[in-house]
Amino acid sequence: MSPERYSLAAPPELVARRRRGQVFQYLCLSATLVGVVTLVVLLADVLIDGVTWLSATFFTEFPSRIPARAGIKSALYGTVWLMGLCALISFPLGVAAAVWLEEYARKGWLQTVIQTNIANLAGVPSIVYGILGLAVFVRWMVPFTGGRSVISGALTISLLVLPVLIIASQEAIRAVPGSIREASYGLGATKWQTVRHHVLPNAMPGILTGTILAMSRAIGETAPLIMIGALTFIAFVPDGPRDQFTVLSIQIYNWASRPQADFQHLAAAAIIVLLVLLLSMNALAIWLRNRHHREW
Amino acid sequence: MPTIRVSANGEAALETRDVRVRYGDNEAIKGITMEIPRKRVVALIGPSGCGKSTLLRCFNRMNDLVPSAAVTGEVLFHGENLYADHVDPVEVRRRIGMVFQKPNPFPKSIYDNVAFGPRLYGRPPDLDDIVERSLRQAALWDEVKDRMNDSALGLSGGQQQRLCIARALAVTPEILLMDEPASALDPIATAKIEELIQQLVEHYTIVIVTHNMQQAARVSHYTAYLYIGELIEYDDTNTIFTAPHEKHTEDYVTGRFG
Amino acid sequence: MSPADSGRASRHFDQELQELRDLLLRMASRAEEQVRNALAAVKQRDAQAAQRSIDRDGEIDALELEIEERAINLLARRQPMAGDLRTLVMTLKISTDIERVGDHAVNIAQCAKRLAEALPVPEVGDLDEMADVSTEMLRDAIAAFIDRNAELARDVCQRDDRVDRYNDSVFRGMLSEMTRYPGAIVAALQMMLVARNLERIADLATNLAEDVIYIVEARTVKHHAGEVVSDMETEGEFDQ
Repeated sequence: MSPERYSLAAPPELVARRRRGQVFQYLCLSATLVGVVTLVVLLADVLIDGVTWLSATFFTEFPSRIPARAGIKSALYGTVWLMGLCALISFPLGVAAAVWLEEYARKGWLQTVIQTNIANLAGVPSIVYGILGLAVFVRWMVPFTGGRSVISGALTISLLVLPVLIIASQEAIRAVPGSIREASYGLGATKWQTVRHHVLPNAMPGILTGTILAMSRAIGETAPLIMIGALTFIAFVPDGPRDQFTVLSIQIYNWASRPQADFQHLAAAAIIVLLVLLLSMNALAIWLRNRHHREW
Repeated sequence: MPTIRVSANGEAALETRDVRVRYGDNEAIKGITMEIPRKRVVALIGPSGCGKSTLLRCFNRMNDLVPSAAVTGEVLFHGENLYADHVDPVEVRRRIGMVFQKPNPFPKSIYDNVAFGPRLYGRPPDLDDIVERSLRQAALWDEVKDRMNDSALGLSGGQQQRLCIARALAVTPEILLMDEPASALDPIATAKIEELIQQLVEHYTIVIVTHNMQQAARVSHYTAYLYIGELIEYDDTNTIFTAPHEKHTEDYVTGRFG
Repeated sequence: MSPADSGRASRHFDQELQELRDLLLRMASRAEEQVRNALAAVKQRDAQAAQRSIDRDGEIDALELEIEERAINLLARRQPMAGDLRTLVMTLKISTDIERVGDHAVNIAQCAKRLAEALPVPEVGDLDEMADVSTEMLRDAIAAFIDRNAELARDVCQRDDRVDRYNDSVFRGMLSEMTRYPGAIVAALQMMLVARNLERIADLATNLAEDVIYIVEARTVKHHAGEVVSDMETEGEFDQ
């Protein structure tokens, strides 16, 4: 018969278990650090490379063969135009599709087919969207879009981000507790009233998060935009949706592939601008999400 | 055979005739015929899974929201079958309100919670009055009158449930269905809800599902005992709890099972 | 699966109810014994036996207190319903009545003591029969409680009539004895008192029987002079 243990200190087997847990903990930390360190190094590299080239002229000048006079004006405007139009197109379409799929569609084979296809579309390589955009928006719908224009680009990119947006919005809508819906129906609300007053407002934080994801993907897309004809060297800004355009990602690609060292610096500077834009968009979405939250 | 109660004071508020509910292959309610008398409290009791909540939800067509549910039989409200083809469930739910087990106030202000129902039908000019009246009827007005714009989620559990009651009353239903309204609350909050039920029954017909027999004994005028989808006995509460006719009922109320 | 098969969810409560019932039975048989012993002391004019009876009444009182305490405790803790509720509430009433039976037995024993010092009185036959009927009523009422036998209980109620008639005849008999033999007044009075106490015991047995009927059938039956005065099923508040 073993003697009674009165002490509450850790017995040997517990110490061994603890140690195994610690090993696992450090492994996870290392994995995290790999990602973090890489990111930090990349950012540092870009910052060091390009920050000195962020001058006023950088923002006001158009691209030029002479590095000292080159700027991102056209690319910046093009990116802003593209993102704006993309948001205007994809947000309502995506949210409406998510609402239909979650609230109105009868759960049958048709709904499953649509759902599966959307999930698949989220994984389709972006170049495919570029080809689609070229055929449909640039060529076929040329009277409406004006060919290789920023609206064509926005439509193409919208198609690209729509699956992600729909899926994320669906998740957000699904996360609204059934008890809220029941309460609404119990008071004699129609389905539309329930969706409008309860489901959508409560799902909005999640939907906006999904939108961040979607836009973040969109801002960096290069290949499909090249496909639909975004130019690499333009010296004007778009006046309307039917104008030709270029975007930051293409400009960065263009400069980065030039041999001169100065263009590398310009590319780095443009990357910084792109990152700032990205972070600003994220911040805006987070602010919108928090504003919704605070109201409750 | 269950004892069918004929309404004691005139027209029945609700009458069911051979109501059956299937969820897929499973028959949850097996042909129930009963009357709910006007301006009385009827308690539905029985062990878990006996179908009392399912039956309650037949009374305001909430079962429609479950795709696999199939309801047959008739539920008569003022002589009109709630399940007739021309009947709109949305209108049914306005006239027959419901309070749920777990308090579920909307994540809005207290005012907006109560105002939601009336606002569904347009912009009533006396909305403030409606809100105040409903909160008074739910015995909550004094506690919240100074913080009508605060979030409803900041209230205690018992207050939230009374808010849900006020919200349901705001659309002036005739019948109030309560699905275990106090089971998520502490004893003091429960007592307040039970007190409220006794006051409300002067103006509303109330059907309450409860798994707490003492609660049924305290608040109801009539009690219906259900077991696996069947109505075993339905009589005055006094009879059910002092001298029930069915042995089944006696075994249940004395705690011999369930 | 019927409710009875699924196992008692309240075994402890059943046990507590059983224990209470056993206590009540113990009290009842003690009271019955007291009556028997007191009557024997009367017959044999045994003052010492009578005194022993009187001394033991305290046990019955103690049992009544314990039953009361336990019953109230069960009511508070278990919130019994239906049959359990009726049984518990009637248990309280029955224990009160049995305590009174004990008191009447003490009264009879005191008569026995006084009779031991008085002049003998010719036997009044009806008194023996009255004693038999009364003690039998008590025994049967208790048996009806044990067996939940409403029929036997109803039968007990019918016999109360006879006991009342015996009481009248003993009264008249003793009265005529007293007028004929003034010296026998003391003894005769004691006999009348014994008869009166027996009549009370029979009444209490009838109460017990009526309580048993309520437990078993939920009917409130009231007897008076052998007739059923009222027989009501438990009614709801809203019966028309």
